Amino acid sequence: MRIVVLVKPVPDPASAGERLGPDGRLDRTAAPAVVNGNDEYALEAALKLIAAAPEGSEVTLVSMAPPSAPDTLRKALAMGATRGVLVTDPALAGSDAVSTSRVLAAALRDLEYDLVLAGVDTSDGVGGTVPAAVAAHLRLPYLSYAARIEPDEAAKTVRVRRISPTGYDLLEAPMPALISCTQVLGEPRYPSLKGIMGARSKEIATRSLADLGLDPATVGGTVAGTALLETRTPPLRGATEIVRGTPPEGAARILELLATRRLI
Amino acid sequence: MNETAGAPTYRLTEDQQLLRDAVRVLADERVAPRAAEIDRTAEFPEDLRQLLAAQDILALPFPEEHGGLGGDLLSVCLAVEQLSRACATTGLILAAHELGALPILLAGSAEQQARWIPKLASGEWLICFALTEAEAGSDVAAARTRAVRDGDTYRITGSKRFITHGSVADLVTVFAVTDAEAPRHRRLTCFVLEVPAPGFAITRLEHKMGLRGSPTAELAFDDVRVPVANRIGEEGDGFGIAMRTFERSRPAIAAQAVGIAQGALEVAAAYAADRRQFGQRIGDLQMVGAMLADMDAATESARQVLYKACAEIEAGSPDAGRWAAMCKLVAGDAAMRVTTDAVQVLGGYGYIDDFPVERMMRDAKITQIYEGTQQIQRLVIARALLGKGR
Repeated sequence: MRIVVLVKPVPDPASAGERLGPDGRLDRTAAPAVVNGNDEYALEAALKLIAAAPEGSEVTLVSMAPPSAPDTLRKALAMGATRGVLVTDPALAGSDAVSTSRVLAAALRDLEYDLVLAGVDTSDGVGGTVPAAVAAHLRLPYLSYAARIEPDEAAKTVRVRRISPTGYDLLEAPMPALISCTQVLGEPRYPSLKGIMGARSKEIATRSLADLGLDPATVGGTVAGTALLETRTPPLRGATEIVRGTPPEGAARILELLATRRLI
Repeated sequence: MNETAGAPTYRLTEDQQLLRDAVRVLADERVAPRAAEIDRTAEFPEDLRQLLAAQDILALPFPEEHGGLGGDLLSVCLAVEQLSRACATTGLILAAHELGALPILLAGSAEQQARWIPKLASGEWLICFALTEAEAGSDVAAARTRAVRDGDTYRITGSKRFITHGSVADLVTVFAVTDAEAPRHRRLTCFVLEVPAPGFAITRLEHKMGLRGSPTAELAFDDVRVPVANRIGEEGDGFGIAMRTFERSRPAIAAQAVGIAQGALEVAAAYAADRRQFGQRIGDLQMVGAMLADMDAATESARQVLYKACAEIEAGSPDAGRWAAMCKLVAGDAAMRVTTDAVQVLGGYGYIDDFPVERMMRDAKITQIYEGTQQIQRLVIARALLGKGR
């Protein structure tokens, strides 16, 4: 089984340094970069799938990011990914979701895979449109909001349990397919020390736009179809009380809270 | 990071930084949330031992040919430091494991290393170091546990006290007298005992001030048979093996001390930046600010002596014993002072278990006592100065 995981370096949400520069673009110097949290869940799901798959199965990371990205991708390699492909090019600065998806799709055309996994969204932009757009560019079946992934290598199909407002939908599609991954798939592992040391010698292949056969004039900030007009900090919400416990305990506590506020 | 070829570096290597940062994340996310409970219940954190094994942290001190990571002494100390910053009991899991294994690594035969090291490196087995006796603490050579040769075995009789991990270890590195008439430093011999074994018993677990999750056991040996093949080195080599072991194990305790101090410093600094009295942050009050500055300086000084000691010991310095003693002395005293001051910065909140500093203060005390008291460290340093006992 060959799985590609789309990963994006994002400003560490825990650093409190996430901010926009004067041009409305992310200020990447303000916070250390980390692998996007949802992408780590996608990678964890991929690693579990190849652990259960035949010998020789592998996970390839594909990322579109600034040239400093290898430092961030090493952590994903340390978790167990086999290799990385980094698309980086000065012309890509300011790319919108359309550009990004075109570039990632171009990078994927050079690879062989059974599944492409991506986090449902990224913690910096939170658009959540790139995975679907990549699938559209490549005409791949798109299975979204996965809570469980069950490939059948013999039948060349994959079954996904998709989170829905009322529970789960069961989706089935032929492979190759692209799946957007939720955190319900399971906590990402910590890289082991052997994994960390081993990651230093793993390959991260760098691709420019020219390598992918893309014209720099067709991607990046200059042709972005979306523009940031204004940003506002959302108003602070009041203190939140989180109710924990068994369902009966929780229900009793919630009833109590509603009653004290005279809502029931 | 590019290092100019040939230029001496005074910074951690990229590998060491990666390793330190990985252990720090693990310590923050998985160890720190367990620390208070481990202290309160005084139960050995088997879950965290499994975690350290799964993440290859217990593999650090062991050679790659036997499944280890081949980490140098400083790498082991970086891991102990980061774990101890969150939980000193957990830091000691690695430090004590290394301590117990050092005689095998330093003086064991190739066959002995191949036999035991793989299971120690994987973390499947823990090993403990059994030297101290009720009447032989600082005076190691006064040990009375006897080992008598009987054909292909030795028969060991006696008892050991204050043995870290004595009740949870699968291997016991035990020192016993094989020739009571020999000169003091030629009386002891080192053995590795696989337990459980007939005649071997855990006779007591101590109730301790700190490191409460780390089991400290009294071990009884009643005619316990150990194969001759389990003897480390020759008869009479035990004292020398123990001293060489301390040259590499004392830095790990210094690392534990630095980690405890760093943990307490961070809690105190965060508290001082948040707590307001007299209309200002208490850290802005000069008396409190000065305490924090002294705590930071003491912690960083101890850390630098430790890192330098590791580099010197790893390079084979003839002064290894002095470096090991000095880093343990400086770091143990720093940990005690910094944690005591951290309690002071937090005032009443420091004295109760809502905050971790009172635990850290209790944990710090042992770093002035075990692996040689601070008085023994001073003795070693003074003898080195006077040109004796090297």
